[in-house]
Amino acid sequence: MQDKSSPSYIGRYRPRLERNVCALRLQPWAELGRLGVVTRPIASGPTTLRLRFAPDPPAVHALPAPPALPTDAAPGPLHGPADGTPADPAGPLSAPRLESALSLLRQAGRDGLPGEAGSPAYLQALVDALVDLSSRDALTGIANRRTFEVQLAREVDRVARSGEAALLLMVDIDHFKRVNDRYGHPAGDAVIRAVARALAEAVRPMDLAARIGGEEFALLLPNCPAAFAPQVAQRVREHVARVPITLASGDALRVTVSVGGAFAPQWVRSTPALWMARADNQLYRAKGEGRDRVCLEPAAVSEVSVGERELLLGAAPSQDVA
Amino acid sequence: MNLPEHSPARPPRPGPLARVMAVTSGKGGVGKTFVTANLAAALARHGQRVLVLDADLGLANLDVVLNLSARVTLHDVFTGRATLDDALVPAPGGFTVLLAGSGLVEYSRMTPEVRDKLLAVLAQVRPSFDTVLLDTGAGISDVVLFTISVADEVLVVATPEPTSLTDAYATIKVLAANQPARPMHLLVNQTQRPGEGRTVHGQLQQVIDRFVNPTLPSPLKLGFVGEVPHDSAVREGVQRRQLLLETQPGCAAAMALVGVAGKLASHD
Repeated sequence: MQDKSSPSYIGRYRPRLERNVCALRLQPWAELGRLGVVTRPIASGPTTLRLRFAPDPPAVHALPAPPALPTDAAPGPLHGPADGTPADPAGPLSAPRLESALSLLRQAGRDGLPGEAGSPAYLQALVDALVDLSSRDALTGIANRRTFEVQLAREVDRVARSGEAALLLMVDIDHFKRVNDRYGHPAGDAVIRAVARALAEAVRPMDLAARIGGEEFALLLPNCPAAFAPQVAQRVREHVARVPITLASGDALRVTVSVGGAFAPQWVRSTPALWMARADNQLYRAKGEGRDRVCLEPAAVSEVSVGERELLLGAAPSQDVA
Repeated sequence: MNLPEHSPARPPRPGPLARVMAVTSGKGGVGKTFVTANLAAALARHGQRVLVLDADLGLANLDVVLNLSARVTLHDVFTGRATLDDALVPAPGGFTVLLAGSGLVEYSRMTPEVRDKLLAVLAQVRPSFDTVLLDTGAGISDVVLFTISVADEVLVVATPEPTSLTDAYATIKVLAANQPARPMHLLVNQTQRPGEGRTVHGQLQQVIDRFVNPTLPSPLKLGFVGEVPHDSAVREGVQRRQLLLETQPGCAAAMALVGVAGKLASHD
């Protein structure tokens, strides 16, 4: 049997846990303790990974609200004996909280955790499943906004270091409100699901397709040379337009999308917000120019338009020279 | 004059790190390096420990402006032939310079190696100075954009000339779109009449408000740090390769630069 307090064992789990915690938009490791999810090696015991939930988790706003618990179980300590004796810091899992986690997983069709309840393998699978659940959009199953923001920030850092070209595409369904108005909200949901599927199909496995708002999606394409961008973005737009969507009513419809894109600034450390704003500007441009089209930020934004030049130099003192 | 001693070997003080300011212009030939060198001297007069890093890796000419022949340069530091301390050279005017060296032409394209080496150098010098001025190259190449990105603040040098104004505006626009917000100042060089600098600043801000700010998460306000009047003493100084603040401290341009330094120092 493997020694679970050995550095190699902990080392094997640590990156995985840190990755999971990152996906929850928490600072790795140190924040684990703050959240109350304590994972730490205990030198003497045979089990090196323990997990518990704190009585008053301060950072759970990052997670979906748990379903209502039976009133007798709701507040109170979520670990440790209920008779008021001090909680064992590495004590057993809270049964009600575990049950609510399991019901969330069941709802998502992800039950059947391996191993004996409370065993390290079981707990790791539980963490993995919950992380996966909180990374995905509930309606479409693709990445949600939280995952997108984490990946976007990571890509900004990576591009700053490597100078690689990375493209961000913002995608918005055209006239989505009309779909909702004419066919009802379930039809709207079906359209969103179909577009999400089409977007995920239209990009490489290494790319990230995420739903970031109602009918708004984002595609993050690392290592995408500038010369390929127009073709890639058009492929995405065309693929969505080709996909027939059959509604429960039997009606079939097609939707189009508008796409706006911008590359991450290479070498320099930018911010995810600026990158998103630039791609969003192009999306608005695509909408403004009639929808069902792609607008990409021109490679050099250093161009100064006639309007800008006129305003800048219009009343310039140097006019005297002319 | 009570000049602070510049001893690169001085142990790093505990406490705040140097503020790093990139000096850039868009167009070349507007007096960016002249402004950088004299501003460094003026800041030194305000009691600051100042380092000027020649970040124009391809076409550095800080050594020309200061009449220095560097035996040890950034290039030697990059290639491991010298230590950073050896490359920190005292300049006339009471500040320190780190010259790029002509061997750096090979670094005129950004690569992960150049990036990391520059970052390492900067991290090493920051504790030992109050202000680090980065004299960037002209234009908005990836090297220039990277150099500016590592700075805490940006000083844009422009002249009232249309080409300079247009290039300064283009630079500001690119920086605002691609780099996180931070203080951005304008210095107007070679003004022909008093108040021209402020007029130029107003025009730039107007175009920024109209065309750039609507695209930004938070609006950019360009700070105005002053104007340096056209002064025949400047050309004489440049031709003799002397620091204006050393040779003609009483001339209008030198006094304007001391005023700019005071303004920047009080921002600290």
